Amino acid sequence: MSRALRRFGRVTEPLAPGPPTADGPPELVRSLQLRHVDAGSCNGCELEIVSAFGPVYDAERFGARLVASPRHADGVLVTGPVTQNMAVPLLRTVEATPRPRVVIAVGDCARDCGVFAGGYGVVGAVGDVVEVDTSIPGCPPHPTAIVEALRGITRR
Amino acid sequence: MNAGTLVVTGAVLGLGAGIAGVALPHRSRVTGAAVLLWGACALEGVAAVHVLATGHAVVLHSSTILPLTGVEVMLSPLGAFFVLLVALVAVPATLHGIGYARHGLASRTAACVFPIFVTSLLLVPTAGSVATFMVLWELMALTSLLLVLVGHGRRAEARSAASWYAVLTQGGAALILIAWLVLAAHSGGQSFAAMGHHARHLAPAVRGLVFVLALIGFGSKAGVVPFHVWLPKAHPEAPSPVSALMSGAMVALGVYGIVLVGDALLGGGPVWWWLAVLALGAVSALFGSLHAASSTDVKRLLAYSTTDNVGLALLALGASGLFAATRHPVLASLGLVATLVLMLNHAAVKGALFLAAGSVQMATGSSDLDRLGGLLRRMPQTGALFLVAAAAITGLPPLNGFIGEWLLFQSLLHGAATGNTATDVAVPLAVAALALTAGLTVVAFVKAVGIGFLGRPRSQGADEAVEVPVTMRLAVGLLVAVCVVFGVVPALELPAVERAVRTAVPGVGSALLAHGVDVQLVGLRGVLAPTELAGAMAVAVVGVMVLRRSLSRRPTARVVDAWGCGRQLQTARMQYTATSFAEPVQRVFDDVLRPVQDLDVTHVAESRYVIEAVTFHNAVDDAIERGLYRPVVRVVRRCGQAARALQPGSVHRYLGYGLGALVIVLAALAMIG
Amino acid sequence: MVGAGISSAVQVAVVAVGGPVLLGVMRKVRCRLEGRVGAPVLQPLVDIRKLFRKERLRPDQATWIFALAPVVLVSTVAVAAAVTPLVTTHPAFGAGSDLFVLVYLLLVGSTILALAGMDAGTAFGGMGSSRAVTIGALAEPALLVSILALSATAHSSNLAAIVRATLAGPGSVATPQRLFALGSLLIVIVAESGRLPVDNPATHLELTMVHEAMVLEYAGPDLAVVTVGEAMRLTLLLGIFVNLVAPWGVATTTHAADIAVGVASLAAKVALLGVALSVFEVSTAKVRLFRIPELLAGAFVLALLGVVSGLVVK
Repeated sequence: MSRALRRFGRVTEPLAPGPPTADGPPELVRSLQLRHVDAGSCNGCELEIVSAFGPVYDAERFGARLVASPRHADGVLVTGPVTQNMAVPLLRTVEATPRPRVVIAVGDCARDCGVFAGGYGVVGAVGDVVEVDTSIPGCPPHPTAIVEALRGITRR
Repeated sequence: MNAGTLVVTGAVLGLGAGIAGVALPHRSRVTGAAVLLWGACALEGVAAVHVLATGHAVVLHSSTILPLTGVEVMLSPLGAFFVLLVALVAVPATLHGIGYARHGLASRTAACVFPIFVTSLLLVPTAGSVATFMVLWELMALTSLLLVLVGHGRRAEARSAASWYAVLTQGGAALILIAWLVLAAHSGGQSFAAMGHHARHLAPAVRGLVFVLALIGFGSKAGVVPFHVWLPKAHPEAPSPVSALMSGAMVALGVYGIVLVGDALLGGGPVWWWLAVLALGAVSALFGSLHAASSTDVKRLLAYSTTDNVGLALLALGASGLFAATRHPVLASLGLVATLVLMLNHAAVKGALFLAAGSVQMATGSSDLDRLGGLLRRMPQTGALFLVAAAAITGLPPLNGFIGEWLLFQSLLHGAATGNTATDVAVPLAVAALALTAGLTVVAFVKAVGIGFLGRPRSQGADEAVEVPVTMRLAVGLLVAVCVVFGVVPALELPAVERAVRTAVPGVGSALLAHGVDVQLVGLRGVLAPTELAGAMAVAVVGVMVLRRSLSRRPTARVVDAWGCGRQLQTARMQYTATSFAEPVQRVFDDVLRPVQDLDVTHVAESRYVIEAVTFHNAVDDAIERGLYRPVVRVVRRCGQAARALQPGSVHRYLGYGLGALVIVLAALAMIG
Repeated sequence: MVGAGISSAVQVAVVAVGGPVLLGVMRKVRCRLEGRVGAPVLQPLVDIRKLFRKERLRPDQATWIFALAPVVLVSTVAVAAAVTPLVTTHPAFGAGSDLFVLVYLLLVGSTILALAGMDAGTAFGGMGSSRAVTIGALAEPALLVSILALSATAHSSNLAAIVRATLAGPGSVATPQRLFALGSLLIVIVAESGRLPVDNPATHLELTMVHEAMVLEYAGPDLAVVTVGEAMRLTLLLGIFVNLVAPWGVATTTHAADIAVGVASLAAKVALLGVALSVFEVSTAKVRLFRIPELLAGAFVLALLGVVSGLVVK
């Protein structure tokens, strides 16, 4: 009865207990603030990220949170292939993040340019511009995959 | 050596300093005059301290110096307090002037007139008769007028500022003289002692007239709205030691005049007098702080801030008079104490700010905030001192401005429950005015420090600035040290203030008990512990710093570029300017400020659809000057131009005028006789 | 005196630790109302601990103000927490715990943070500082006039005296004077701590930021100190508010048992007020920046009504 009362109004999907394989610096266990950078994506991955931090998939319960400034962040979530105009801003954003930091490439475009490989406006994948710690495959990746990747860093 | 001799010797030394400024050769002119002037300040200061310590006034007569009227010196504790106030600003200003002069501003005029100006400031509170007072007052006005012109005399703004100053100061002096004459005529003597003695027997209408004339006359010198328009023009144009004295000391003498006439001579008055003072004070405080928040020039900002602080002092004075008129002597004395403390604090802080601004102007070549920036790194000591002084003027604890504001608030707070309708209405509005002023002063000075000293330099002058000579830094440092000391240990200044108040307003007990280092109100519930507060803050700051260092894994900071959203270029032009910083305030108060905006679009000759240039001009000028004074000036000018028709240059016409006037006078004499 | 010193230390500790916990509680309530689980209540403490382990950064144009500002912010709030009657009516230096002193102590922190915002030489910092000091300036009249109204009953602006007077005469809380003044004070507290509807602390759009924009450059330990400072400020202000409305439970002596009761009652009351504030925040949108003066003018009118009603209703 008390469990039903506690679950009243909650729409979050429960996930499997226990963290997946350990990944990421030890300081960021249980607390991970992320700054999102759109390096040239089609916004499909953005929608999935929004959903991942929304009520249904709720990544915040595992200690992750989106913040406004890379100075406040521990990591950078990058979506999309890196375009000409976004190469330097992406580099600066990652450099502005204090260490220890992680760079997470979200989606196929961020991993290997996806469908935009070879385009005239594309410099390369995120890994060609900055050092990537974790990547999440998918076009776009399922919000659960995004949450599992974040859990891997926060180990919750 | 008694106090009277000290006063006279000080005056002689001061005049000697003026002569030294003319007579000595170029290299030692300023320093020689400065040394003599310090001697004069020291002597006057010692005399003042003696008077405050004993509580007895010093009276001297001489019928030889001024023909017909004679000179009378009367140094009461109230006057002594103001002498000390002047000396407090004068000594560092003179020191600052030595450094200033080394950079080519040591003209003979300035070196001669400056000591005479300071001497007249020191002597005005010692005047004991109308003639003495007016001679010294006019001397003060004329010498300051000359000094306004001495810096950049060729510039049109300086000359315009000087003419506004001259007109308003002479107008004020005329009103003061009329007030003295009315009072003296009814009292049968021109000495202050005689006038004070007879003032109680005067008709209320006469007393009211004298008070109003004195309020307007001294108020214009003090920079009270709406007679303040000369202040933001004249103070920025004068060299900064002179500005420091004008803003710190001369303005305080305006308040001294009002206290002298209202309390000491006339012995208090009906409620409407003090409501008028309160209203003028509230309007000045709000207007001054609002314009300070909208100014983009540092010195103009400081000048408007002077109007603001004088407004606060008048708030305290008005409250004090109101409580005296409604028979609450303890509250009245508390209000008067607040007035004097506010003026003393203002002298120290404004002096420091103007001297520091002068240092900045000398180092960078500009006082426009939009051309400064990054000065805290290039001029570390001056910048740090300006920061502390700015914190003091906004009233932040544990500095001296806070003590004055606390006293003012306490006097208003305890006066809220007196049960008199006038006070019941006035007190909450006065508190609201005090609060809004405090908030807007924060805006003004965060702007001054943030835009002027922090961030990146906005011009080459600011980029290449170097620290000023030691004398100038020392001068500012002395005044800032006074601010800190009086803030942490107000027990050093309060007994002197108490003594001055008690003898100025007879029949009033003491309002404060400097209980050890605490400030405790007598008969009311209110205690302030500034020393413990300062100590607690210092301990807390050190403690938190130690804690941060011990908890951080990597305590040394790595230097990086500022975060600019990943932008590739970050220049000084991307920072906030003074205008943009004040824009929210301007927008909220645009009915009062009425900024003037002008947009000029030039099209290419061939086509109206292609724009060649766009010019946007935005200025916040003084609404009272624009709305009140300029129409008057326009009317006077039109009358003058119409009167030119009377002077066509024909000798026949002039002879005709003479004949006509003679006929009229003869006819009038015939009718009377 | 030893008892007063220890109880002051207890107050500072409660505010320092309880501040982030209060933030966690408020975020949790918000999450539950949005239908999700949300981070655990102690998450802000975990975040702060992690921030201390990160590296410290300093912009190249910054001066010593940048490093000093978070320290001054926390220390002034700590001093304020030590001298106000939160847990006991006899804190150390309680004689000097004037409401006026408190307002200006908090103003020291805000002012130096505004300066630090301008120190980095970026456009965001200047924008945040400009808006923050403007809002502070417009909130001052409401704040001081409501203090005037609140001080009238106890004939003193000393906070301990006001709390003791309320404890002695509980009926004085229900007077129109008190209620208007407290309403005004609540609006001012919301404005000064940068909560909705005046400022959204969780916004990502720089153009909508007021407070966040000033601290955009802080990283690592400095950011941790700033976060703690802001949390302490909010807790302190809410603590003062609850002790003005319902001071029951506050210790009147310095015995250990009474202090423990005081701590528990403070925690409970502040948590309750925090939950109520959070529920209000979920149901409201941020007010347009140039409508904030109207909101603060409304608070001023409320405070003025408080003073007037105190005179009329004798």
